[in-house]
Amino acid sequence: MVSGLINANPVVYEKKERRVRSALDYVDEYAVEPIDQQEVFDILSSSLILMPFILSCIKFEVPLSPCFDPEHPYSLEELKVITEDAIEVNDECSYVRVTFTPTVEHCSMATVIGLCLRVKLMRSLPSRYKVDIRVAPGTHATEAAVNKQLNDKERVAAALENPNLVDMVDECLAPTYG
Amino acid sequence: MEFFDDGDYELREIQKLEGHTDRVWCLSWNPKTGINGVPPIIASCSGDKTIRIWEQSGPSQSWRCKAVLEETHARTVRSCAWSLCGKFLATGSFDATTAIWENVGGDYECVSTLEGHENEVKSVSWNECGNMLATCSRDKSVWIWEVLPGNEFECVTVLQGHTQDVKMVQWHPRMDIVFSCSYDNTIKVWWSEDAESENWECCQTIGESNNGHSSTVWALSFNVEGDKMVSCSDDLTLKIWEANTLRMESGDGYAPWSHICTLSGYHDRTIFSVHWSREGIIASGAADDAIRLFVESKDDSIDGPSYKMLLKKEKAHDMDVNSVQWNPVDHHLLASGSDDGTIKIWELAS
Repeated sequence: MVSGLINANPVVYEKKERRVRSALDYVDEYAVEPIDQQEVFDILSSSLILMPFILSCIKFEVPLSPCFDPEHPYSLEELKVITEDAIEVNDECSYVRVTFTPTVEHCSMATVIGLCLRVKLMRSLPSRYKVDIRVAPGTHATEAAVNKQLNDKERVAAALENPNLVDMVDECLAPTYG
Repeated sequence: MEFFDDGDYELREIQKLEGHTDRVWCLSWNPKTGINGVPPIIASCSGDKTIRIWEQSGPSQSWRCKAVLEETHARTVRSCAWSLCGKFLATGSFDATTAIWENVGGDYECVSTLEGHENEVKSVSWNECGNMLATCSRDKSVWIWEVLPGNEFECVTVLQGHTQDVKMVQWHPRMDIVFSCSYDNTIKVWWSEDAESENWECCQTIGESNNGHSSTVWALSFNVEGDKMVSCSDDLTLKIWEANTLRMESGDGYAPWSHICTLSGYHDRTIFSVHWSREGIIASGAADDAIRLFVESKDDSIDGPSYKMLLKKEKAHDMDVNSVQWNPVDHHLLASGSDDGTIKIWELAS
């Protein structure tokens, strides 16, 4: 089988300079520190999407681009799938909304990327958090269907009992732990 | 029908039942318990692949787990339902099977396993007589099984029509009519005009174009008379439906269901569960961790009955409320199951 990529030559963006958290003169170490936009962004931005890319190559038999280096997994931030502005956090209401942008309009891996984001947040945020994950409006051909699937918890639960899918999600997320 | 004053009602937590190690998806009260000196029993099923049987007993009248039914389902147990005789418990699982458990002197034995669905079974329901069982699945189909002697189950028909996974099946409380609701946003009504035949067909589809829901329909429930039905959805509304069931019971053919009102503006996240008590109180459980109770309002408009919220229990659980069930005997007792892995028993007090 010829392997290739659905988006063989993605535009790769520079990583943004990190804001340095302001050091306070007096730090109350017992104070509850609320979760903010930057924290959620940090959780998600390093997630890798090499695996979905490779899988989509195999599935769609797209010719391999000579420029693509499979040794170098691009992060969601570098591909601008996730930007800090697209994350809405309300710590008081325990609410996070992530709007992500698939790299191409017909990206068949949008649901897998969304599932990875959901799993990553499920494992990283306190369980009180409500998480909504959406495709940025106008960036995907089957936007409504992808959104509905990603936010149906019964479908997500069933998907996460599928060992192949869990392996794939774990592989996408593995380099982000530790 | 009893009307409720605007007095102060309170949902008082009696006990929190802990034991499941994953989310609790569904609850079912055993209808033959809690009367004639038989202690009340409730079954719960969970993402931890087990079913637990809880009983209220002992001098303290506290709830305890009497049995854990495990090693039968290989995946999440999504749905559980007692037969009306209280002897059999049906459980549907993401492993694509439905198990039938029989209570033999306090022990629960798996007496039958129903196979046929292609993938996740999402809901199971017994008919009033207990001689038929309905199941539904992500494979978009609804199966009707006939109960034969010797714990044998035979598939009578496979109902195709939904275009997406079927979230719940429910029998009408008085007639052999099956209702199914789906990820395709519709409710379908299935009926066999000739009771002896197996010619089941879809006689009504309630969709957005006829005042139905605009997103996944998660559950539905009937009032005690069976002439009204309530449905709940991912579109954040509850809808009340009505049909002339008396005409239908007298053999005058199918009576269609029509929309009588929509309760919107109460929930701000998906409503997963709805249950109508024998006293006329509608309970709803949602992804906003709250339980709400609704009753028919006294100030009927000319347009027909209207409904109002009796109370809202915020933070009923730490996470999503997946199931709310009124006790069929003690009408003020409500049970709820949640993503937080616990079950709570509540008493409605005024």
